[in-house]
Amino acid sequence: MTDLPTSGRTPDDEPAAASTSTATSTPSSAPTSTPTSTPTATPPSAHDASRDRTSGASGGRRFSRRRKAADDDVALGEVILEVTDLKKHFPMHTSGIIRRAADPVKAVDGISFSVRKGETLGLVGESGCGKSTAGRTLLQLLQPTSGSIRYKGKDVTNADPKELRKLRNEMQMVFQDPYGSLNPRQTVGTIIAAPFHIQGIKPEGGIKAEVQRLMERVGLNPEHYNRFPHEFSGGQRQRIGIARAVALRPKVIVCDEPVSALDVSIQAQVVNLLEDLQDEFELTYVFVAHDLAVIRHISDRVAVMYLGKIMELATRDELYENPLHPYTQALLSAVPIPDPRRENKRERILLKGDLPSPINPPSGCVFHTRCPRYREDLSEAERTRCTTEVPVIQGEEDHRVACHFAGPPKVDVI
Amino acid sequence: MSTWASADPVSSGALLAVRDLKVTFPTEDGLVKAVDGLTFDLRAGETLGIVGESGSGKSVTSQAIMGLHRGSRAKVEGQIVFDGRDLLKIVDDDLRRMRGRDIAMIFQDPLSALHPYYTVGNQIVEAYRIHNDVSKAAARAHVIDMLDRVGIPNPQKRIDQYPHEFSGGMRQRAMIAMALVNSPRLIIADEPTTALDVTVQAQILNLLVDLQKEFGSSIIIITHDLGVVAELADNIMVMYGGKAVEGSSADEIFYEAEHPYTWGLLQSMPRIDAVKQARLQPIAGNPPSLINPPSGCAFHPRCAFRDDERLGCSSVVPRFEISDEHPTRCLIPQAERRAIFQTQIETRTA
Repeated sequence: MTDLPTSGRTPDDEPAAASTSTATSTPSSAPTSTPTSTPTATPPSAHDASRDRTSGASGGRRFSRRRKAADDDVALGEVILEVTDLKKHFPMHTSGIIRRAADPVKAVDGISFSVRKGETLGLVGESGCGKSTAGRTLLQLLQPTSGSIRYKGKDVTNADPKELRKLRNEMQMVFQDPYGSLNPRQTVGTIIAAPFHIQGIKPEGGIKAEVQRLMERVGLNPEHYNRFPHEFSGGQRQRIGIARAVALRPKVIVCDEPVSALDVSIQAQVVNLLEDLQDEFELTYVFVAHDLAVIRHISDRVAVMYLGKIMELATRDELYENPLHPYTQALLSAVPIPDPRRENKRERILLKGDLPSPINPPSGCVFHTRCPRYREDLSEAERTRCTTEVPVIQGEEDHRVACHFAGPPKVDVI
Repeated sequence: MSTWASADPVSSGALLAVRDLKVTFPTEDGLVKAVDGLTFDLRAGETLGIVGESGSGKSVTSQAIMGLHRGSRAKVEGQIVFDGRDLLKIVDDDLRRMRGRDIAMIFQDPLSALHPYYTVGNQIVEAYRIHNDVSKAAARAHVIDMLDRVGIPNPQKRIDQYPHEFSGGMRQRAMIAMALVNSPRLIIADEPTTALDVTVQAQILNLLVDLQKEFGSSIIIITHDLGVVAELADNIMVMYGGKAVEGSSADEIFYEAEHPYTWGLLQSMPRIDAVKQARLQPIAGNPPSLINPPSGCAFHPRCAFRDDERLGCSSVVPRFEISDEHPTRCLIPQAERRAIFQTQIETRTA
């Protein structure tokens, strides 16, 4: 993130047609309107990408044509992304001189879900539940340990780098930290233009014009093209990150806690922007967050994660109005409501203890060590089932739960 | 509470009376006015919530009360009267005797607030023995009891562990144990649950409520989360750009908000209990600069209801009348504000 641009990759700030000042020896001579004869050419690596870009028109493709072609594949409401039994384990080693392999951290431990085009799937849970790892593994920023990811029906789990780069045309990410995710030494123009350079795409009218159009679209002043990230506030930086993510008109965007670093009044601005962009470009979001109020606002369906597993997956209103998993119930009940009279009447479901280690998760149902239902309502025999048998997520299409004894809560949770 | 604060801080009967507090930091870019004329009272046993966004001056206020700006380049002016004594005038030794014993602080990040080289027990025992002439063994017994009270399981063993061996929630419990070990009359909690997960936050907030009942301490809780103050606070002060913009009882703030900023904040929050998901209503623009604050009302560049021609929002500085029941720093007449808010809600639902 903070690495310096190598000379070969220095993206120019000028539109390609006017470029005479690239760091590399051959200035781009590609007029942006030239349709290319090889629209399928995808550069195999970043360095090749820049070579393509600077050595003429061969790597450039017409932006609008690509958009059109890709649009036909999946209709709104159809499954665009399907994840089956996805696992991401991080290897661990013993300390000392001889570092032997130890039990891995099971950050994501077998999750399955599908995302439909145009919808927002919320991934919610507490720190360490694996929601961010899941988001990153989806984009294969992390290599999955096992399981499969199908995009538009095609298995992309072990795509080679060439295929992956092509995939990133269509799947992008917005990061949590608006400070760490923007290179402090690059201008905003350079940052937002990077996807075009890496993918070797020449938008109509030139990169600069397109970047300024994007800046305007996300609510930034296009005249600030040459400013650096530190000159912007947190909310504005997040807009820069969003502009970069939507630059290539992707289909799917994984948003990893995009508003949790922002103040309340700014948070609403960014949430609205994300919703507007979704409508405008028919975007599909996987929205990772810990804030249950934000998730309720933005999601169509919500998956609740705990210790690397999905505990409950339901449509938004089902999950919030009729939570069936004891963990979801405890989670919802823990959120303070900005309404003192209501707050004073609420009965909290308090969880005891802390999150167990994902290296050595509890046997059976991973939640049983903290589960209020296990503790208070179950017989000995029923408890044995919780401690030995891993619950499978099951139920209706719009509401699935991974609990042997799923059911409504004893008190209202919200 | 009859009034927000009375004119004379010493005779006001409040445990803590802050009058016209100003904290400024000289920087290369100019003078940062982090806190700019703050006035409030806190009575014994009461909980005051200070709410505001980053840069509103809420944390600097708490640091000023604790005297943490002493010896730094910051300039602190005004009066901070605790139990009849002005904390800005007393000598360092006196202040040191009061810190921890009379006023204690709970910080946001317990991992950086606890010393990594000393065991948790060591640090709490030290805090206890500084103010109490007791043997090490007696102090240790007291601390074990304290750890038990804040809900740390197995305190006999935990007392000898280091902070890194504690989870985030446990560390915050240890911090609370340290703050309470001398039964202080005032506890300042600066974003005590911001770094914690929501289920752990619920545990810690419950703990604070229970312990306050038990010890009768006054609490100042500083947070950006309106949900947290809804649960804890008796009174709430909303800060913006280093100034208080509104102060009143928690009910008044939540149900009868008077300042356009407070009202805007409440409207802009996504709600977990909102059945109908309407579009969020953000406050436009960005927080103000503390070096060159906007002229007139600091909130006017972002205020949807400003009226320059009639009221002069961009030139006249609105006052915060501490003798009012519900002081509000706004030039729009009160009756008008209520009407404006009402029409806004109606047009939106229509």
